[in-house]
Amino acid sequence: MQPVLIRTHNLKKHFSLGKGNILHAVDGVSLEIAENEILGLVGESGSGKSTFGKALIGLHQRTSGEAYFNDTLLPERFSASDHLHYSKLMQMIFQDPYSSLNPRMTILDIIGEGLAIHGKLSKADIKEQVSYWLRRVGLHSDHMSRYPHEFSGGQRQRIGIARAMIIGPKFVVCDEPISALDVSVQAQVVNLLEELKQTLGLTLLFIAHDLSMVRYVSDRMVVMYLGTIVESGPSNEVFYQPKHPYTRLLIESNPEPDPDIERQRTHIPIQGEVTSPLNIGPGCRFADRCPQAMEECKTVTPESAQVADGHSVSCHLYPG
Amino acid sequence: MVENILEVADLSVEFETYGGTVQAVRNVSFEVEAGKTLAIVGESGCGKSVTVQSVMGIIPMPPGKITGGSAKLKGQEILGLPAAEANRYRGVEIGMIFQDPMTSLNPSMKIGHQIAETLMVHRGKSHADAMVTALQLLEKTHIPEAAKRALQYPFEFSGGMLQRAMIAQSLACNPSLLIADEPTTALDVTIQAQILELLTELQRTEGMSILLITHDLAVVARMADQVAVMYAGQIIERGSLDDIFYRSAHPYTLGLKSAMPSNSGTEEKNLQPIPGSPPDLFSPPLGCGYTARCPQAMQICGNQLPLLIQDPQDSRHLSRCWLQHPDAPNIEALYQPLKIMNATRAD
Repeated sequence: MQPVLIRTHNLKKHFSLGKGNILHAVDGVSLEIAENEILGLVGESGSGKSTFGKALIGLHQRTSGEAYFNDTLLPERFSASDHLHYSKLMQMIFQDPYSSLNPRMTILDIIGEGLAIHGKLSKADIKEQVSYWLRRVGLHSDHMSRYPHEFSGGQRQRIGIARAMIIGPKFVVCDEPISALDVSVQAQVVNLLEELKQTLGLTLLFIAHDLSMVRYVSDRMVVMYLGTIVESGPSNEVFYQPKHPYTRLLIESNPEPDPDIERQRTHIPIQGEVTSPLNIGPGCRFADRCPQAMEECKTVTPESAQVADGHSVSCHLYPG
Repeated sequence: MVENILEVADLSVEFETYGGTVQAVRNVSFEVEAGKTLAIVGESGCGKSVTVQSVMGIIPMPPGKITGGSAKLKGQEILGLPAAEANRYRGVEIGMIFQDPMTSLNPSMKIGHQIAETLMVHRGKSHADAMVTALQLLEKTHIPEAAKRALQYPFEFSGGMLQRAMIAQSLACNPSLLIADEPTTALDVTIQAQILELLTELQRTEGMSILLITHDLAVVARMADQVAVMYAGQIIERGSLDDIFYRSAHPYTLGLKSAMPSNSGTEEKNLQPIPGSPPDLFSPPLGCGYTARCPQAMQICGNQLPLLIQDPQDSRHLSRCWLQHPDAPNIEALYQPLKIMNATRAD
């Protein structure tokens, strides 16, 4: 068992919307990510998965709860010097390869900026490093004098990956790194991340809504719904033996690229839509859409219970 | 004999740009059968949206230009009609829904009024009559509290509800064909399942044909009867759903399948990305557009455009690949009807 690199305890991030309305984006998330592990985080839009990733690396100030990197408590609010220190250890790859690269900077400046800030490297050394990383992510070193608009989506995402990796971080948050890409290119990026994990011993938080891809990429999977974790466990176990009614419906909704499987399915989609994360009361958050909701689901918040080794579910159907 | 609602033959579309002429669609032919679903699948830039927008007559001309081909709706030519005549089928015989309902609907008009407008324009209904029908349409697409919702603006709707509203609008004149351009790409997987189920249900009750544009093979597997795979402005393979998935005849179709994770097999297979990227359509390659990325490319592939070759056992399964030629080497992964035929004969 690898030592734990990232740990959060009851992490909350609330946004105040004025008039006493509070948006519970992340509402008490406790999880651990072991070293050299890929943890997949899935959930629908509004489930708080991106907010969680950002709160973890200090892009959002935590409302409450703790987050640890290597057993060091991360500051609730990152100061400029905290950012400087932790950005060497933790990096992020963003969802949109179009808006996450400054259109007025060359690729050399974009990828090399981190080195220029952190290292005491000469311009020539930075250039050499950027050239190395461009080739490492499958681009050409001639590309460094170009601007972002000269690249396709897949190429830009590689630039984003090179920018995150060049500092040599231990932990990288990948926030929907493939959802903007075409199928044939998605596999290129996923295989690249996998390879970097193997060779550099990286730890990744892989945030995505594509269940099949998350199952394929990650070692463990965490399912979020309205700011809380409903189920977590080894990826294959969560995918093939889902326990929580929400996870089951999510996987049931996930279409398979196989006509025979699709013909055999019953196709009863989950009813309703994600309820508002505003001013949430007690009870299970999924209760109003859950086909198996019981009386206590509406009043008592379910506790997380272990159903198998390393596989936990927060549901009254599985009392601890 | 199956009746075809839409028959597109040899459609070619170009766009004049400052950088030169983009040959976005090259000699595309397909048919949509009555009451059935044809899915056109391909990556961004392959020309799938331009194809259906040309059929709909909604590509801006200039810069766009339909350089050849025909599109027949129930036997009537609809390509290149002047706007006044085109409006007799647009939104009436053919309804269309788009990828992003948020930007496709008018943000300053109430949902009910937008749907009613369709009926007032095409059916000459009074506003009051049209509003009554609009309400029924919203109910048909299972929008809860339709009466209240009809008087709300698009920003008050969620993405899934907006897509339902757009479907309601496209159904206003009982179209015989619904064109759905990436209808669920912007939606979450659970909402996607709801919308796909709604489309299936409406096809059953209204009996319309669906022309589905998507990049997602899983959505194709769920929805389609017939499939056309597009690459670099051309249809490189078409056939029934099972032909495309289980008897792939083109390396690109095979490549697409291997690039997607599958949860059906017992053994974990590694994802096989397709190296490189699609060709530049400013000057499309002489031969097959997939040559540069194709692991099985031969010398002829780069020089000469392959013809559409028929599967001898199934005349409706066509592929544009030299590997299907009788003289081509045998590639095990590909379904090769000619080889199999020859082998049986030799036995």
